[in-house]
Order: sequence, then structure tokens, then C-alpha cells
Amino acid sequence: MQRRTFLASFAATLAPRLTWADVGAPAFLAAGKRGEDYFLHGLSVTGASLFQLPLPGRGHAAAAHPTRAEAVAFARRPGTFALVLDCATGEIRHRLTPPEGMQFNGHGAYSPDGSLLMTSEVVADTSEGRIGLWDTARYTRLTDWPSHGIGPHEVKRLADGRLVVANGGIQTDPVDRTKLNIPDMRPNLTLLAEDGALIDQIDLPDLHQNSIRHLALQGDSIAFAMQWEGDPAEPVPQLGLWTPGQPPVLCPPREAEAFTMQGYAGSVAATTDRILITSPKGGALMLFDAGGSPVATHLRADLCGAATASGAFTVTDGQGAIWSVDDEGLTPLGTDETQWDNHLVALT
Amino acid sequence: MRILFLSLALAGPVAADTAAVVRDHARPGYAAFDEAAGRLADIDSCDTETLRSAFQATYDAWLAVEHLHLGPAEDEGRSLAILFWPDPKRLGAKAQTALLVGDPAALTTEAMAQQSVAARGLAGLERLLYPAETLPADPCPLIEATANDLSRAAAVLDNEWGGFGDLLMTAGQPGNDRYLSEKEATQALFTQLATGLEFVADRRIGRPLGTFDKPRPDLAEGIASGRALANITLSLKALRDLALRLDPDSAKTQAAFDHAIGLSETLNDPLLDHITDPQAWLKLEILQQAIRATRDTAIAEIGPALGVELGFNSQDGD
Repeated sequence: MQRRTFLASFAATLAPRLTWADVGAPAFLAAGKRGEDYFLHGLSVTGASLFQLPLPGRGHAAAAHPTRAEAVAFARRPGTFALVLDCATGEIRHRLTPPEGMQFNGHGAYSPDGSLLMTSEVVADTSEGRIGLWDTARYTRLTDWPSHGIGPHEVKRLADGRLVVANGGIQTDPVDRTKLNIPDMRPNLTLLAEDGALIDQIDLPDLHQNSIRHLALQGDSIAFAMQWEGDPAEPVPQLGLWTPGQPPVLCPPREAEAFTMQGYAGSVAATTDRILITSPKGGALMLFDAGGSPVATHLRADLCGAATASGAFTVTDGQGAIWSVDDEGLTPLGTDETQWDNHLVALT
Repeated sequence: MRILFLSLALAGPVAADTAAVVRDHARPGYAAFDEAAGRLADIDSCDTETLRSAFQATYDAWLAVEHLHLGPAEDEGRSLAILFWPDPKRLGAKAQTALLVGDPAALTTEAMAQQSVAARGLAGLERLLYPAETLPADPCPLIEATANDLSRAAAVLDNEWGGFGDLLMTAGQPGNDRYLSEKEATQALFTQLATGLEFVADRRIGRPLGTFDKPRPDLAEGIASGRALANITLSLKALRDLALRLDPDSAKTQAAFDHAIGLSETLNDPLLDHITDPQAWLKLEILQQAIRATRDTAIAEIGPALGVELGFNSQDGD
């Protein structure tokens, strides 16, 4: 804690905007629960906690500013606030509140230069999707754009500035999250220009109950992970690949492992030649090659968070363990009492 | 999967609950299944009555361990190849018809292991031994191949539970990368209890139960072989045994199980086809509720007693 104290006083007296290098150069951010308390951690590439900041409740996902040691922590859906945390001091710099009648929906993404933050949001009464736009100098609300779908969840910035949105398709009750439109839900993947204009969109006519929720980028291709809301006895894919301008490619698991993921992917991550999806419900992760063919399945209860650093996969679980993953299996990096939450966020 | 079959000495401290489940529930259960499947595969004739009797015994034996969705049964999707149910798209029947009318010489045990999981195992045998209509070809070669394939899978599970049971019982010891603490092994087994009860309530009962206005008795499991209700009762008894091994002092849970099993044993609707009658439908729904109550009781009683809870993320839809 001496280091923290030093950094805190350093921050207070000298520089209001420290960089990630100043807080130990974390590779990842992850929310977790220890005892009855909730924290956001910065983790090294080997899974060591470099800092932990208290959160007021269970976190969902975070977004890391590309340069400043600053992160936005989103509450679980439906979220009425998000916190901008100073990762050097633990101070809450800003508390973001969506406009009246809107709710945060769990994820956000910064522009490559860090000047803008985009947040997935819904109109509370209808679950109609919006993308909130924030100026990160003081985190003032600039505007919002239609997400062109219902219930947007994860959003990702492509390297060229375009934004891809996973519109999960599920309309939920604004108070208790009850799903209201399962029989006729219609998720889609939407590509927006830097100014929010609609560029392209695909949906899954034959699998319209497969909610598209999480995203990872692999070159020009977007890997999308799905959660099945239809008959659990129907074998369906949890992973798809989309190169804008082309039809999506669905990536089913091996036939014998059709139900290993229990129809549910919780996170997706990609390296140049592998895509990884996790299923806490199935207690498993699956690796696919860049073309979407299954390569390996590894079993571990309550796996969910997944991200990459230096071309390798790291995953976290609800039992407190952090693992590195390759085709051969899981190798433990560390374990402690912190139960890791749904998402592991890479800093890049 | 990088499974380490450790040869660690088992002298270290082992959670009593984990050891009891491995030694008194899982291993004997898989051994009995292996034996039953072996007897079925060893039958040298195509006599339907002889085969049916051995098939019924094998199905019974599988239900004693079916709920253990961890370890060898999950590797390579083996449990699906043993019992592919439910099958709403009739994938099994379609794949099996192709095998039936194909070249019988191709039906080796090795070849069967490469076939669709939907065509294999107990559900596959049921379609051959209790055909709803005349089969398009002599089923004997396929019955033999399916039974041999099932027996091979049962032997693998029986054998691998030796090493896998050791992994569970050496949880937290150096070199055990599968279970990093004793608590993890306990939690894994506790989770099987909860999900096993969910499967009986949501699938075995929930699928035929449908809704009050639209019961679906045609969706029950094992209709052709007359097992629909028996499977529910046997699953509950197997899960009661698991609960007892996990926590012998779980009186409330045992009472909840006894209540549910009592309802199941007195339902008097072996194929669940009476549920088109509202009275019978309500009785089945009451059984479903009793099973859900048993799950809640077990979570409330056994979870705290063992110091474990269900998964942090798996219970949290996102």
C-alpha cells in the first residue's frame, strides 16, 4: 500500500492525469467480489493485482481509457449510473448518468485517442437501443445515436474509428429485467460510422432467438458471441464471424459438444489465429481457429472473463482463479478469494 | 483437455463430502453401469425380450450417475452419446435410419464411435428395441453395434473415474490444476445436485407438462420403453443419494426428497399420458413444484453446511 499512498500524493500534487504506466502498466481490468465487497482490479499479464478500487456494488464490465489511468465501471443492467475512476487514487472522478428515461446497458468503448466515450444504452420503456456519446475531458454528454436495434449490449471500436454494436434483441422490463419479447426477438449486428451513421447491418433469420451480446475483433473480422433464448434442447452455435460487406458465418461446436456451452457464451476474445468463448453455465471454454472451426474445449466451472494480451488468452472464473489458455489446456496463473465477474477487459 | 491423472498419495486431508461422493456414489454407480452395459453387449442373440430386459437394466444404471456432469462423462461429449434426450428435431431417428439401411458390415464398434451422438446410446437402442413402426431393415447388426459402443463408453467412464475421483479427492494439493482447493471440488459436486434437480423438473417433467392449456405428453422421455415416470423416480433417488453423501445431516433436504419421491411413486401414470386430463396434469405439476422445492431446500441447507454456493457467474445472466 506504500506504493498506492505514494501514487496518491504524487497525483494530488503534481499531475492530475497519470498514465497506465504510472499505475504498474496493467494488462487487464476486472471487477470482482471479495467477501461482501466489490472492487475493480488492475491485473498484470501474469494475473497479479496491481491495484484495487472499491465499487459501490457488483460491477459488470469496464472500459479503459487508451492512455490515462482512468476507467469507466458499468453497473449491471439496468444501470442508472457508471463511474469514472481514477485508477491511481481510487477517486471517483465522475458519475455518469444517462438522460431521463434512458439506462446504461453494461458496456462502453473509448475512441482510439480517448477523447470520446461511447456507451450502450436503452430507452427504459421500450429497450430501443441508443449509443451515448460523451466528451471525456469532463465527461459531458454530447449526444446519442440510434443503435438500430433492441437491447444493445457490447460495443467495440474498430481501428479505423467505425463502431460495431451487438443489439441483443431482447426487450426487458425496465425495473426487474424480465424478458418481454422472447418469441419474436430479433438481434442484429450493426456497424456505425464515426459520426453514428448506419453503414451495415446483419441479423440471423434462422436463429432469431440467439441473442448477439459480446464482441471481439480479429483483423477485419468481428467475432460475435450469442446466448440462446429458444428451446434448450436445440443445438445452436454460440459463435459467429462477420466481415462487414459479407454474410455472417456461424461456427457450431463439434457435434458431441453441442450442449457443452448450455447455449450460452459469456465472453469472447480473439488472437490472430484463435477465437475463444467462455460459458459459465456450461463450465467450459471453446477455442476455434480463425475460420471458425472448433479446435479445443477445456472444462472449468464458472469460467467467464476472457481477454488477450501479447497474443495469448487469459480467462477468469467465479471461484477466484486466473488462467492462461492455449490449445492444450488451462494453466493457473493465480488464485485468491476474489470471485471474478463476467468480464476481463484488455488494455491495448 | 489437459487432465492430470495424479498419483498423489491420498493420505492428505480430504473433504469428507467429496470422498463420500467419489467412493460411495460415483465410482460404484459407474461400475454398475459398466457391468449392466457389458451384460447388454454380451447378449449373443437378437431375441427382443432378452435384449429389452438388459436394456432396461442399463438405462436404470445410467440414471444413478447421469446427473454427474463433470469429469470423464463431459470429455468429448460422452454423456450425450450415452443418452441423447431430448431430441425435438428427431436428429437421432434421422441419423439412425441412414445407418439401418446402409451396409451392415460397416457397423463396427469403431465406426459407431464416429457416428452422430444422436443416433447412439440408450435413445438409439430404444428406437430399435421398441420400434413405433416396422423398421426399414433388419435392426440386429445395428443393435449389436450400438450396444457394443455403449458398453465401450461405459467401460471408459468406469475406468477414468479412478483417476478423476483421485483428482477430486486431492483437490487443493500441489500439482492438482483441476481443483485448486478442497472447496472447489465440493462446490463442483454440490452444483451437480442443483442442476440435476433442475433437469428433472425442467426437462423430464417440464417438456411433457407444457402448459395447462397445451400438455405435451408426446414429449416425455422413454415413452416407447415405458420409462417416462420411472426415469423421474430413479433420478430423484439417485440425487437423494448424492445429497446424503454430500451432507449426511441434511434432514430437511432428505425430507423434501422423500416427499417428492413419494409423489412420483404414487402418480400412477407411467407414460405421463394421462396429463391431458386436468387432474392428472395438476398432479404432475405438483410433483414438479416439489422437486423445485427440494432444490431450494438443498441450496439453503447443504450449501451453507459445506460452505459453498452455486456459481458466481453461472447464476448471473448477462
